[in-house]
Amino acid sequence: MNWQGWAEIALTLALIVGLGWPIGIYLARVWRGDRTWLDPVLKPVEGAIYAACGVKPDKGQTWLGYTGAFLAFSAASFVLLYLILRFQNLLPLNPQGFAGLTPHLAFNTAISFVTNTNWQSYVPETTVSTFSQMAGLTSHNFLSAAAGIAVAAALARAFAANRGETLGDFWVDLTRISLYVLLPLSLVIAVAFVGLGMPQTLAAHVDATTLEGAKQTISLYPTASQEAIKQLGTNGGGVFNANSSHPFENPNAITNLIEIVIMNALSFGCVVAFGRVAFAHAEARALVAVMTILLSLGAAAIYAAEVQPAPAQVAAHAAPGPNMEGKEVRFGAPSTAIWTAATTGASDGGVNAMHDSLMPLGGGVALFLIQLGEIIPGGVGSGLYGMVVMALIAVFVAGLMVGRTPEYLGKKVEAREVKFAMLAVLILPTAILGFSAVAAVLPTALAGLLNHGPHGLSEIVYAYSSAAGNNGSAFAGLTANAPYWDTTLGVAMILGRFAYAVPVLAIAGALAAKPKLAPTGGSFPTDGPLFVGLLIGVVLIMGGLQFFPALALGPIVEHFQVLQAVAGH
Amino acid sequence: MSMQASPLGARRRSASALTNSLSPKILGQAALSAVLKLDPRKLVGNPVIMATEVVAILSTISDVVAIATGVAAGFAVQISLWLWATVLFANLAESVAEGRGKAAADSLRASRVTTKAKLIIDPKTGTIVPTPAHKLGIGEIVLVEAGDVVPADGEIVEGIASVNEAAITGESAPVIRESGGDRSAVTGGTTVVSDWIKVRITSAPGDTFLDRMIAMVEGAERRKTPNEIALAVLLAGLTLIFLIATVTLLGLGAYSGVKLDPLVLGALFICLIPTTIGGLLSAIGIAGMDRLLKVNVLATSGRAVEAAGDVDTLLLDKTGTITFGNRMATEVIPAPGVRPEAALRATLMASLGDETPEGRSIVDLARDQGLTLTAPEGATVIPFSATTRQSGLEHAGNAWRKGAVDAVLKSLSLEPKQVPAELMAAVDRIARSGGTPLAVSENGALMGVIHLKDVVKPGVKERFADLRRMGLRTVMITGDNPVTAAAIASEAGVDDFLAEATPEDKLRLIREEQAKGRLVAMCGDGANDAPALAQSDVGVAMQTGAQAAREAGNMVDLDSDPTKLIEIVEVGKQMLITRGALTTFSVANDVAKYFAIIPAIFVTSLPALGALNIMRLTSPQSAILSAVIFNA
Repeated sequence: MNWQGWAEIALTLALIVGLGWPIGIYLARVWRGDRTWLDPVLKPVEGAIYAACGVKPDKGQTWLGYTGAFLAFSAASFVLLYLILRFQNLLPLNPQGFAGLTPHLAFNTAISFVTNTNWQSYVPETTVSTFSQMAGLTSHNFLSAAAGIAVAAALARAFAANRGETLGDFWVDLTRISLYVLLPLSLVIAVAFVGLGMPQTLAAHVDATTLEGAKQTISLYPTASQEAIKQLGTNGGGVFNANSSHPFENPNAITNLIEIVIMNALSFGCVVAFGRVAFAHAEARALVAVMTILLSLGAAAIYAAEVQPAPAQVAAHAAPGPNMEGKEVRFGAPSTAIWTAATTGASDGGVNAMHDSLMPLGGGVALFLIQLGEIIPGGVGSGLYGMVVMALIAVFVAGLMVGRTPEYLGKKVEAREVKFAMLAVLILPTAILGFSAVAAVLPTALAGLLNHGPHGLSEIVYAYSSAAGNNGSAFAGLTANAPYWDTTLGVAMILGRFAYAVPVLAIAGALAAKPKLAPTGGSFPTDGPLFVGLLIGVVLIMGGLQFFPALALGPIVEHFQVLQAVAGH
Repeated sequence: MSMQASPLGARRRSASALTNSLSPKILGQAALSAVLKLDPRKLVGNPVIMATEVVAILSTISDVVAIATGVAAGFAVQISLWLWATVLFANLAESVAEGRGKAAADSLRASRVTTKAKLIIDPKTGTIVPTPAHKLGIGEIVLVEAGDVVPADGEIVEGIASVNEAAITGESAPVIRESGGDRSAVTGGTTVVSDWIKVRITSAPGDTFLDRMIAMVEGAERRKTPNEIALAVLLAGLTLIFLIATVTLLGLGAYSGVKLDPLVLGALFICLIPTTIGGLLSAIGIAGMDRLLKVNVLATSGRAVEAAGDVDTLLLDKTGTITFGNRMATEVIPAPGVRPEAALRATLMASLGDETPEGRSIVDLARDQGLTLTAPEGATVIPFSATTRQSGLEHAGNAWRKGAVDAVLKSLSLEPKQVPAELMAAVDRIARSGGTPLAVSENGALMGVIHLKDVVKPGVKERFADLRRMGLRTVMITGDNPVTAAAIASEAGVDDFLAEATPEDKLRLIREEQAKGRLVAMCGDGANDAPALAQSDVGVAMQTGAQAAREAGNMVDLDSDPTKLIEIVEVGKQMLITRGALTTFSVANDVAKYFAIIPAIFVTSLPALGALNIMRLTSPQSAILSAVIFNA
């Protein structure tokens, strides 16, 4: 550990939160339908889309209507993407001449992109055509992100409403968020990436002759455009199997920094926008503080774990230095630490190092960050609503102690909200622990496992955590492209996305219908350090309660075993 | 609107006497009922305890199997016993709380009418038919004479009587009830001590005030309050999370080579789930009602008690709650050139025959300033009359008068201009401060001015400050003019006031506050308070008040003490706080146990985890057993 490393982590975090602020202010205008400076260009396009689709933008939907639209859109997207992937051999822009995906792989991949997970059971370079990448996967990078942000917008309106009935219109939100936020930002970032050396081409590959004279085929893609939305929309699905440790996806230190910053900035922006739309600026700042503190702790823990030389190296009297296995030599330990914390905290899932090769505790922290529920700052939109669910639980427990029916942002938290909040919270342990426990004893599942012992268990738990958390990063060490894994991981992704978002929308419906109460001196303050501390406590305790046994049997026991093995030398 | 005033913290006994003891008899019954509550059907509403019982049953079955097959089962039997103990203790807590309510109900039931009522079948002739009380219908008229028990709740249509309401209020001094006005309601179970009344029955049999009261204290009508339901949901959610965490340990453990006895997992599960709060949840709810009953307030539902804790705005009647209700003399300002002692003496002489509270307060004031006189022999008392608007005393050719300033000046044939400016300034100051100035004359000479004011009760200001800290807004309601109201409001430290208030104003104020998203509590006793009582979130009706008011409110104060509103809010808050604190304690406790036990369970199979075994527990058995015992 050195001060440069800490400074790099601190600077990156500052940039993330700093950029989230202006994005949030702009996003709030988009949510509210206010004028933006892009109106002259985009307003006619927006109007044309509504006219073509028969959307009446001013009508508004009840929470059931909103949920129905969200689910219907996701279902239709899934079917379309499934068909594209299955039959890509019949579609244009397939210069590599790839065959259609197998049913289980197409299912897994389609679900993965519709749920904003971007778990990649497939190897992009050898499986997916350029058309599938662009029309299928990249478009869903936009749309699934926009859908997540739309749910957050609905929740923000619920808190703002006073005995309201509607949460806004899903189709309008989807259109406006894509059109005014994701497309322009991606465009700017993609152009910057091209300038920094990323390929952007429809050509299939280049052939190179290496120094040894061997001939090498290097795949190409329209990488820069994909990379921009991959990070901006917390998607994380790279066009290359090596993801952002591949030199084309992440050519240099500048792109590395930009990618870390933009994979969190929009999630923080959602929190800021939530505060502005729900008339809760100070409370939103508290949520940002909670996310920033937890993210900093995660990054610091991973950094501390990763700069240690591996105990085996020490025992072998090898040259001391950080554990570099699985890390990009161009980036080193601090960049890996902050990236890993950011990508697991944010449900992004893009990686610039192989998480499987992290130290047991470093990998354990990454795993725990996902298991906290992808809320620090989480996926775009989904991180905000996940954190609000935690805040509702925190407020409920604390509110009872001050002798009042708990309220959050002027809305009473009662049985219905608690019920749906618990329902949402229950999804993660059910999906992660349930599937993991079965896979841990099922020979079919264990066949895909490359490691055994605690590390193997970590790989299993990580895979299901990543799927249920809609993260998408992999611990690797697991041959996931098999019917059993593809299917169960797909189901975990569905549960993690929809079984979470639907209760959240139900909460939004219930909250919207309640009167907006004026804060009084007796209300439990939800904008101060006390609440920040409480919320951090609730998040950590809820995560710990659910996953401590699994973590104890995986990374924690592995850590001690590694230490003992070395001591035994 | 009238209000029965009683000083702060006055009567405090009665119904509480019925409920305060934790007698061996109640404990005995509670123990029996705790066992009866093991019936799973009765535990459905309490998921945590239900889960504990299921595990207890399963572990007992496994014990029996183990013993039958001759396997050593000492550990397993211990676990089962402790699990059963946990369930029984939880049931016992609830049974004791219920038992106390039942004891109170039994003594109330004793006062229910068993004698026959005198039903008037023909109002013209007054023909009376003896009818059992439970056969009386709404609208029928009964005659109740001295010594009779009022058969059911009703409205007096004719007559006046003194009624002993001890059965309801515990207050043995009889109160006057008469037809018309706000004191026309009588309650079934009370006894007419003198005279007679004709009562029109207003409640159906089985739904009288007494019946409802019995049902309340018994807990028969007790439904879960919204917060209780929400908390139960939270606990059920936590229980499920722990269930998932422990069940999946089977698979995860098997992978890691940890052999886990299902019994150990079951016991672990019980240690983890929040049994403390699960066991006490309903007992706390009952205790909340019980505490209100102790301050002699009857809530129609637990929901109302909880709402009391949530109240944002308190509407308080000035008279009786904030002030003593009578204006009292606080100073005597002598006219220029008159010695203060002479002015005080003249004031006292003018008041010796005045038996009104104002007159007595002047005597008290003089006594406090060291002047005590009694009316001389043969003195003539000049009573107050509406025409002269003054009263006084005459003796041996001397005349003392006191009265409204303009009336006294007029009788002295003085123009206001002729009065010394200093004195008029004093009169002005008194009026502006919300007080009432009275002029005093002795033998035709103006002696000075008395300052009468509405005296704020001691301690009220501090209490309002406390309320403000709790986030409550206090609004004073008064019929006074705005000037007087403002003066008293600032002296008492209320946040706002409503002057010259009519019942309609009150209703409007409540609606305005509610529109701002505030919960409003108020108390009232008049029939014209009924709409406001019904509109408010917590409406406390006075037991002495009109039947309409008692039905509109969701609480009844048996002491008819308007200051009680503040105590009610405090009880509501305390109930919520108790529950919140217990929940946090229970959950925090489980969390601590969890992180201590898990490594201990794995440590035999995975010795590497020994570093985390902070409690140095030697085996999973010892870890589990110590945790289960602690849990119970």
